[in-house]
Amino acid sequence: MALKVTDLRVYYRTLRGEVKALDGVTFSVADGEIMGLAGESGSGKSTLAKSLIRLDGRMRHAGGTVELDGEAMPLSDDDAMDEFRFRKVSLIPQYSMSALNPTRKIGKMVGELLESRGERPDRAELERRLELVGLSKDVLDRYPIELSGGMKQRVVMVISTLLNPSLLIADEVTSALDVSSQKAVATTLLGFRDRGLVTSMMVVTHDISLVYQIADTIMVMYAGRLAEKAPADVLVNAPRHPYTMQLISALPEVGVRYEDRRLTGIPGNPPSLLKPPGGCRFRDRCPLAFDRCAEQPPFAEVAPGHFVACWKAE
Amino acid sequence: MRRYLGRKLLIYGLTFFVAVTVNWMIPRFMPGDPVSSMLSRANVAQPAAVEAMRAHYTAMFGFDLPLWRQYLNFWGALLQGDLGISIWLFPTPVSDVIVRAVPYTLGLLIPSILLSWFAGNRFGAFAARRKWLDNTVLPFGYVLTATPYMWLAILLAWALGIVAGVFPVAGAYGFDLRPSWSWTFIGSLAQHWFLPFASLFLVAFGGWAIGMRNMIIYELEADYVNYLRALGAPARLVRRYAFRNAILPQVTGLALQLGVLVAGALVTEIVFSYPGLGHLILQAIQNQDFFLLQGTFLFIVIGVLIANFVIDVAYVLVDPRTRTGMGGAA
Repeated sequence: MALKVTDLRVYYRTLRGEVKALDGVTFSVADGEIMGLAGESGSGKSTLAKSLIRLDGRMRHAGGTVELDGEAMPLSDDDAMDEFRFRKVSLIPQYSMSALNPTRKIGKMVGELLESRGERPDRAELERRLELVGLSKDVLDRYPIELSGGMKQRVVMVISTLLNPSLLIADEVTSALDVSSQKAVATTLLGFRDRGLVTSMMVVTHDISLVYQIADTIMVMYAGRLAEKAPADVLVNAPRHPYTMQLISALPEVGVRYEDRRLTGIPGNPPSLLKPPGGCRFRDRCPLAFDRCAEQPPFAEVAPGHFVACWKAE
Repeated sequence: MRRYLGRKLLIYGLTFFVAVTVNWMIPRFMPGDPVSSMLSRANVAQPAAVEAMRAHYTAMFGFDLPLWRQYLNFWGALLQGDLGISIWLFPTPVSDVIVRAVPYTLGLLIPSILLSWFAGNRFGAFAARRKWLDNTVLPFGYVLTATPYMWLAILLAWALGIVAGVFPVAGAYGFDLRPSWSWTFIGSLAQHWFLPFASLFLVAFGGWAIGMRNMIIYELEADYVNYLRALGAPARLVRRYAFRNAILPQVTGLALQLGVLVAGALVTEIVFSYPGLGHLILQAIQNQDFFLLQGTFLFIVIGVLIANFVIDVAYVLVDPRTRTGMGGAA
């Protein structure tokens, strides 16, 4: 089991109180598994991704544990986490286009980064990795401004995976790209896993149709909690949580015009996470809600590898 | 690169032309007549002699010609390196007067500009990471940078010169000394130099420290810093990168501040009766000395333009982004 998260809680400190962006999530990612992590904006998916590598100044680790390859990760201890970062858990950030220092040549920056982490820069290996993503070794002698957005993203992907991490977190990596670049990125991610450069992967996205292409499993989050996790096929074709069902049916289809069939959404809004209501957080918007939903449903395994947090799913 | 430098040189050439023309115009449109003030200084009683002298001086300085001719003659002489003859220190050539004053001004300006820039940036970057410094010393920086140069100069002269009596308050060296390469003279020179230098240094230092502190805080929030931190890069590397990126606007700021600093130095020189260019300008204005005023301004214009050009070139060296923008060649 590469990654094991147990009852993880991460809150944001704000002037009006703590926002419970991640409120008790328990799941695991197997060796070699590519897990898609989907959910709408504010669902906590990015918070989860960030928590596993670096809490920012406003985030507080309020409880729960994370184990990577059997080792407990000290989430709230920024210095102790450095040992895990880059070597065992790595990140392809949402902001790949601006993730490189603008005043350093890329090769030099990578060298300085590796040396600062006590690793020996291996130029030949670096060039081989660049070749894997379709970049020539010339980019090492360039400044970031000289590369296109897509090239920068590929450079970041190479840097992030350079030390063969156990877990790679890809945070909204395809959000700002056109479809052909999206496909290239998806294929590259798949290639990293298949070549064994990374063991497991967590692909954070709001685009279920894209993550479906590469993910083994998909996990859906809602309002800071897990809604459903299942193998990709099952989640898309036979979802059991009412939120997942509505999310999938809300995906637009090409060729359908608004006049013919209105795109259905999910009525209502997610609850405020400042003082979230008790029980199932989806119940105000849920067509299937009943009395028991006032009680928090467990994230239970209803079929092998298929977890759902809903009383009606059992 | 060549196209970039060519364009820059053209802009500097144009600026030079306009500035020199304005320099020529200002003294001529000032009220007053330099020849009559020379005559009154000469103290000649006979009206015939006065008239003869007036005609002689007017012809000598070329004031009898129409303005446009004077203007063309001025450019002609300038291109041959002739700045004319000082009226105040008649008959010393203006270039000699300026050459005597320049070392004092440069001796004040260069150390105060460079040291305040260097120390201010270092200190600002340092203070950005120390909350207690940020809360105690930096507010003081705001006060410093908002202080007019001459006011701080007067304050320093009063406190350290008159009340404490540690430093002299006027001149470039003791009145009882003659310029020579002796230790007494150099010591006196340094003692007289300190207060004008300190007043220029302190005001500029406050400005640079505040600018750098803000830039560093901004840079430490940048995406590339977050990425480096996520990959576990030590704070040392992150700070080095942030400093390098934060210094860029400060280089531009130096180019912008140069004119202000030069003006500040001129006023400071007047406060301390320091015999540099600022002191000359004051004397030139008081004595209606067109040629000296023109010459001094010319020197300042050239100095500021050269310094700006150097900063332009330096900027190209420190920021790779300007290099790719120049020729389109990647």
